[in-house]
Amino acid sequence: MTIVQARAPWSAVIRKGQTLTIEDLEGNQAVDCLIYNAHDTAERYSAPDTIAAQGNIFLTTGSVLRSSEGNPLMTVVADEVGRHDTVGGACSRESNTLRYGQHTKHQHACVENFLIEGSRWGLGKRDLVSNINWYMNVPVDPDGSLGIVDGISAPGLTVTLRAEMDVLVLVSNCPQINNPCNGFDPTPVRMLVAEG
Amino acid sequence: MSTATTTGAREHARAQGGTVVECMPTVPAGDGLTWDETVPGGGYASKRLARGTTLRLTDLYGDACVSVLLFNADEPWERLNVADTVKVLWQAYVGEGHLLLSDQGRALATVTAGDRERSDTFCGTTTLKSNSLRYGDGSPHSATPAGRELFTLAAAKHGLTRRDLPPSISFFQGVRVGADGGFTWLGSAGPGAVVELRAEMPVTVLLVNVPHPLDPREEYTCSPVRITARPARPGEPRDARTPEGERALLNTADYLASRGLA
Repeated sequence: MTIVQARAPWSAVIRKGQTLTIEDLEGNQAVDCLIYNAHDTAERYSAPDTIAAQGNIFLTTGSVLRSSEGNPLMTVVADEVGRHDTVGGACSRESNTLRYGQHTKHQHACVENFLIEGSRWGLGKRDLVSNINWYMNVPVDPDGSLGIVDGISAPGLTVTLRAEMDVLVLVSNCPQINNPCNGFDPTPVRMLVAEG
Repeated sequence: MSTATTTGAREHARAQGGTVVECMPTVPAGDGLTWDETVPGGGYASKRLARGTTLRLTDLYGDACVSVLLFNADEPWERLNVADTVKVLWQAYVGEGHLLLSDQGRALATVTAGDRERSDTFCGTTTLKSNSLRYGDGSPHSATPAGRELFTLAAAKHGLTRRDLPPSISFFQGVRVGADGGFTWLGSAGPGAVVELRAEMPVTVLLVNVPHPLDPREEYTCSPVRITARPARPGEPRDARTPEGERALLNTADYLASRGLA
């Protein structure tokens, strides 16, 4: 069991059959997540393949997280929240300048977490793709308007993933302070890896 | 004509020159164009485009589905970020006026024409696995090639690999998202639909023309798309319709100035 501090990255290899449980300790915290085939990181999480295969943009119990080659990486086997986002991507210093203004350029951001944590596994910028945002709430209105709105999570709620192959999981415990993805207040989360 | 000798084989080969078919490039493009090519269903194409180039795609028969990836032509680790493209601009359905954003907070291109109802930022393109399950094969030499396999080939022509293929955005076929997150298939707007993209920096564009992942038709159905490109005036930050778009174009201008490109 590991506590991931507010704003911090985390990573681990999860073996086939093991489960990863993410606990939103204080509630309304976005947990950005990327997943790779641990033996061939050119195969990685694909938001579009996951969305197209399940015919729905939201992730919840039963969602199969698919790779860029269409293979199952992990499956959501339990979810106490109801739905999670995989459309909104990760905050970056660069996108923050568009969303909020140039004054946010030197704030810490999820892409910074992915880059520094990924670098420990030989991954670089080319390896970052659209990701999962556990606990983040991104509705799409009938006219196509979409955006990050107040979360629907609460303290202590969990989501549990089962590895369908050996996977490398990268996490950014989102440091964003300019939108409601984490209530403007980044807080810690807990990771638990267990045998299946 | 006998091809038993080198002379005969050469004559046979050369006699094929000048053949005209529907799906082929016109080289050089001519008539003020910098690119003129018709790509068949199940085909792909790519090109490096100068800043300001306006790329026009025409769905000739109403069954095209063109998935697009864009890269900074000089620094390809900067590339299309579909998530930022919808999130930063607060809009999932992409049409005229929408900027296509890179992962570096800049505009790679502007959509200058196109039906917002007939684009898709959610479903990407097909894989070898999905097409093999769906149509029996998805390899590029098959009759039912998958989009990601064709993107891999197009990327290779520019020194790029599978690692360089992020989610793509597709045009001419639409999906609508319901309140529950589920999709309604809108299909095509019909023959003659046009999409135009204007490069806001030098870009490498990769295009694949394959059936949409949610196309419900049993048969692999995809018809040719005509590509034409011509030089044009790049966008100005003051033309932007949103503060986010204006900042994207300002960031692009800042980058181009530092590179000596504008």
